[in-house]
Amino acid sequence: MSVAAAARAESTAAVGSMQWITQRLGRIVLHVVVIGLTLAWVIPTAGLILSSFRPFSAIATSGWWTALSPPYQFTLDNYSQVFAQSNLGTAIFNSFMVSVPSTVIPVTIAAFAAYAFAWMKFPGRDWIFLAFVGLLAVPLQLTFIPVLKFYVDHGITIENLTALNLPPWVGLWLAHAGYGLPFSTYLLANFFRALPSDLFESAEIDGAGTLTVFFRIILPLSVPALASLVIFQFLWVWNDLLVALIYVGGSPEVAPLTVNLAGLTNSLGQGYQLLTAAAFFSMIVPLVVFLSLQRYFVRGILAGSVKG
Amino acid sequence: MDFSVLLSDIPTLIVVIVGVPVVLAAYIVGGEYLVRRLPDKNRPRVRPWIWVGPAVFLVAAILFIPAIFTVIQSFEDNHGTFVGLQNYGNQLADFPSGGAWVAIRNNIIIWLIFYTLFVLAFGLALAVLFDRVQYETVVKSLIFMPMAISSVALGVIWKFMFWYQPPGSAQTGTLNALVTFFHHDPVAWLQDQWPNGLAVLNNLALIAAATWGITGFAMVILSAALKGIPGELLEAARVDGAGELTVFRRVIFPLMMPTIVVVGTTLVIFALKAFDVVYVMTNGNYNTDVLAFRMYNLLYLSHNAAGASAVAIILLIAVIPVLVFNLRQFRAVEARR
Repeated sequence: MSVAAAARAESTAAVGSMQWITQRLGRIVLHVVVIGLTLAWVIPTAGLILSSFRPFSAIATSGWWTALSPPYQFTLDNYSQVFAQSNLGTAIFNSFMVSVPSTVIPVTIAAFAAYAFAWMKFPGRDWIFLAFVGLLAVPLQLTFIPVLKFYVDHGITIENLTALNLPPWVGLWLAHAGYGLPFSTYLLANFFRALPSDLFESAEIDGAGTLTVFFRIILPLSVPALASLVIFQFLWVWNDLLVALIYVGGSPEVAPLTVNLAGLTNSLGQGYQLLTAAAFFSMIVPLVVFLSLQRYFVRGILAGSVKG
Repeated sequence: MDFSVLLSDIPTLIVVIVGVPVVLAAYIVGGEYLVRRLPDKNRPRVRPWIWVGPAVFLVAAILFIPAIFTVIQSFEDNHGTFVGLQNYGNQLADFPSGGAWVAIRNNIIIWLIFYTLFVLAFGLALAVLFDRVQYETVVKSLIFMPMAISSVALGVIWKFMFWYQPPGSAQTGTLNALVTFFHHDPVAWLQDQWPNGLAVLNNLALIAAATWGITGFAMVILSAALKGIPGELLEAARVDGAGELTVFRRVIFPLMMPTIVVVGTTLVIFALKAFDVVYVMTNGNYNTDVLAFRMYNLLYLSHNAAGASAVAIILLIAVIPVLVFNLRQFRAVEARR
């Protein structure tokens, strides 16, 4: 029985009795508090979205809540202006170009590694895995300067890559892949280890190779874990500001949405109302991903945090 | 908005969408093909390295080796000459307002304590309250939603929440509209260095914004732990005459403690890594600097890689207790397997 069921089951007092009244009052207070807190949580986002559809004259002189009563004044001006002034189109394209490989590479490589960590024996296995766990907590700041220096010394720069007709984001992909690997490997190895071993043993007796076991048995069984991880890593990269600033921050033609939006917050002095439109635009993709795949996202968080 | 970039970049698009997975699949299939050509007894020795190889290589190249380089570099000046502890001396000079001290104080005291406490308190309260209503799923996903958006968008949202106009003019920011509704002067949340220039108020404002974004994360995990508590246990306590508060304090809270600690350690790491919110909302002004932001500025504004390395190491030192805790926790779990 869940906690909630236990709490509900207790209201057995006779209708109209003193106890019944207190219980009733308690329920009402509970609903008021729950709905109040939820509203408080929604208001900041709702206010921003509403503001983004208001004309500048209205935003500058009254709060977003005045838009809820007549006269209604809604407009798409903020959107058309911000698209005209800043290259949000390029930025969203870049965000995809950064996020897709920065998700595919670490998740795939982590799945290979997790298979080995979970089901193969090799010297140093436990120590390497322990190092991955330790690296989960190490601040990325420790890596920026040497990695940047390495990239510059070895020609992994935006200019060079563009000149070679290669995607200019290669450096950023590798960085995101490296940063995402400890978590991805940890999560998948734990999941793979929990799979019943007789499944592959019998497959191996039937003469299935390592590849067959991996692609035909392990991966299909791990779809929920893989889905959570893909969503997690995708949103992490899509929403990342710091890593993008460090590796491609100086080049607006390859920088993702977050860098573009952060730049707008500093540069739009007078036109600050345009920020509302740009911010909402930047939220669309993550919100769609989140709303459609929420269940997997939550599962990923639970798998990553509740150890043992 | 110019969508022609999408068309002109089709080759890149194909490389990215098709090329990357093909390369990864080709690697593992090719690797296995080579392993199978080996004599039987060598196969089990080589095969694991084919599978862990790319991960170990990337983690070593992007995380492990660079981290060690940064440790070394923090003892050198910008030309690579060994200077001992001079970089640290520069960062730790003029206590309490010089060097990195403001960032250290904000990060290691204000952010660490208040961010962690706020998020845990809200997360726990919401988990327990929501557990008692039927529409739990709906309210939970509304609280959780900010987790999906970037902290840059979060910063913009809260910049408007904290918007300040001088007293007398219309307050368009939600919080100042509330404050003036109760006949109080509007507060410049992000600039006000109350009390006495110690800048607790504006740092707390930043923390409030960050708390709003991450509470859903704590709530989801704590809620799962709460549902894991056997109902019979709570019922037994209630039958013995314990009130709801006593049940929470004596039964629910102690049973949830291990989860609270795990969430807490994750939050401590988040607090120490705070960057985006500060970058977007105050740009580190008005004594709201944090270590990650200071490091970024030293690197890109002052071109002082040596100083930036020292700040990164200070950040690492702050994280070490959590790192050690995580490793111990991991070993304890492994031992139980």
